[in-house]
Amino acid sequence: MIEISHLAKKFAVESPKKLSEQEKKDPRLKGRFFHSVKDVSFTCDDGQVLGLLGPNGAGKTTTLRILSTALTPDKGEVNINGIDVLKEPLIARKKIGFLSSSTGLYGRLSGRENIAYFGQLHGLSKSDIAAKINEMAELLDMHNFLDRRAENFSSGMKQKVSIARAVIHDPELVILDEPTTGLDIMATSTVISFIERLKAQGTPVIFSTHHLDEVQALCDKVAVINQGETVFNGTIQEFSDLSGGHMHQSFLSTLDGTKMEKSNVVNL
Amino acid sequence: MWLIFKKEFTELLRDRKTLIFMIALPLLVFPLILGATIFFTTSAVSDAENKVLKYAMVGQANAPAIYQALKDAPDKFEEVDIAADADFANLINGDELDFVLEIPSTYNEDILSSGQHTLKLYFNDAGLNKVYRRVEEIVKELSDEYQRVAFDSLSLTESQRSAIIEPVVISKQNVADEREVWGERLGAMLPYFLFFLCLQGAMAPASDMGAGEKERGTLETLLISPMDRYKLVLGKFFAIALSGVISALITVSSMAVWGIVISRGMAVEFVANLMSMIGLTDFVLVFFMLVPVVAIFASLLLSLSIYARSFKEAQSYMGALVMIIIFPVLIAMMPGIELKGAWVWVPLTNVALAMKELIKGTMDYYALFGIFTSTALIAGALIAFSIYWFNKEKVLFR
Repeated sequence: MIEISHLAKKFAVESPKKLSEQEKKDPRLKGRFFHSVKDVSFTCDDGQVLGLLGPNGAGKTTTLRILSTALTPDKGEVNINGIDVLKEPLIARKKIGFLSSSTGLYGRLSGRENIAYFGQLHGLSKSDIAAKINEMAELLDMHNFLDRRAENFSSGMKQKVSIARAVIHDPELVILDEPTTGLDIMATSTVISFIERLKAQGTPVIFSTHHLDEVQALCDKVAVINQGETVFNGTIQEFSDLSGGHMHQSFLSTLDGTKMEKSNVVNL
Repeated sequence: MWLIFKKEFTELLRDRKTLIFMIALPLLVFPLILGATIFFTTSAVSDAENKVLKYAMVGQANAPAIYQALKDAPDKFEEVDIAADADFANLINGDELDFVLEIPSTYNEDILSSGQHTLKLYFNDAGLNKVYRRVEEIVKELSDEYQRVAFDSLSLTESQRSAIIEPVVISKQNVADEREVWGERLGAMLPYFLFFLCLQGAMAPASDMGAGEKERGTLETLLISPMDRYKLVLGKFFAIALSGVISALITVSSMAVWGIVISRGMAVEFVANLMSMIGLTDFVLVFFMLVPVVAIFASLLLSLSIYARSFKEAQSYMGALVMIIIFPVLIAMMPGIELKGAWVWVPLTNVALAMKELIKGTMDYYALFGIFTSTALIAGALIAFSIYWFNKEKVLFR
């Protein structure tokens, strides 16, 4: 189980003059600081999938980076199965599998070497790594490219290797930042199946997305962040009920009248 | 930490660009520099020696012997007619003439009655040319003849003639051995090349391990691995430093091997003399002095690379670093700066000075303590800064 309460994170703005007009009008900009996350709270139990929604720039990625321990919050608490992430980040990292939105790989290493490297960083033995890679290769259909250098991989191949890399150590919590963005239908389907498998295993999954169809298909819970604050936190049923079953309308209603670019949301 | 090092170094060995800067460039730079210098210098000197010089004489009737001597060498000199009031400088700078020789009206072969003559030689002396030397050869032959006739008429002995020509002579008794002379000339340039090549060898891997992680999008994943940040930095630092050390080793080995090839195989005398004076221990010491220098470079490069948002930004910072690194080497080249007193403790400059002393054979080996201590302290402080830098969110997520 993961509990996040009252997270806040601000960043110093390097060059305030270089900000766009829209950025200058953002209420989160106060002096030389941009309050990316102001107050974010939600929970996710074992076996649950939580969809993290919000318009671009809402603070989703910052929130996920805090959960993954890449960033330290100014305020708030993050607790994973009793471990205080902020006080014991090294222990917490062993429990977290994180897939960032960039799906970056080391181009001069093969897919297998990329995954194995992170297995070694997590202290796994060579035999465990080999067994886990074979299992993941089967699951994510990676056999035909796993031993090729990653520099020529397609987006789908990269994403599969990135997922395998994120879960090589059997994490107790999986965090995925926009895992299907930029993928074709086949690759998207593989990622979705993978999330379903994690859910079936009882591993809590938090993933950010703009695809409401994925949220409806996968999620037990939904948290919506807008302008750095949690504006909705509830079950998928409660979210859907906000607008009589219309996911898109439910999402817009959580934004409390904030103008929303429709291009950020995929209609059902 | 070694896991990070091993992975980083594996990647380096698979990167063609890094291999070029780390291995190929240091291997080839000395033969290329020496070969190119010898080829272009020889070729330019030969051209200047063999060029048919176009000339004009003013007052040629005053010195018919000189005029005839020039005329008698058509494969070397070609006379061009010019107007009496011509602008010599314009004609020479416009490549219509190589020189103008002006003979004064007082010119006379009987120097005892007329005194010393001054001939004016107009030519462009910028760049490599042999105009003065070639004209002097012609004139000197006649000048020596006039001198001989004058001495004969005065019935002077050979000793008296020498005393009149040069009444007092200073005989130079150089106590510096040949090695010291060559060491002073070449030893100052050596650190410039070595520092530069070590820096080049470490630059590409450093860009890849800091800015490259950001640009590829692998940094975030690495940061959340259960590995202390200082171990991440040290793993990367050692990989960068090793590539710099390999560059240094190849550079020094290449310098030694090509020195032997040129001195023995090509029998270039001054290189042969130099190589016979510099021992294996000197090459080994030069290499060992480069190790802490490489550590300084590696930590500086890593800090810059971590700060940069992209390869491009990292490269621009590193370009500026090259200029900064050159400065302490230039100080070591300045006259009067020696490996003594406070200079022993000035990082980089002390290594540059020590290399010069080693090549000269005048090294004070006690200075090595100050050199290694100060360089290691700076390297350590810079590594600590890299670790501090790698923990700053505003650096990692710019």
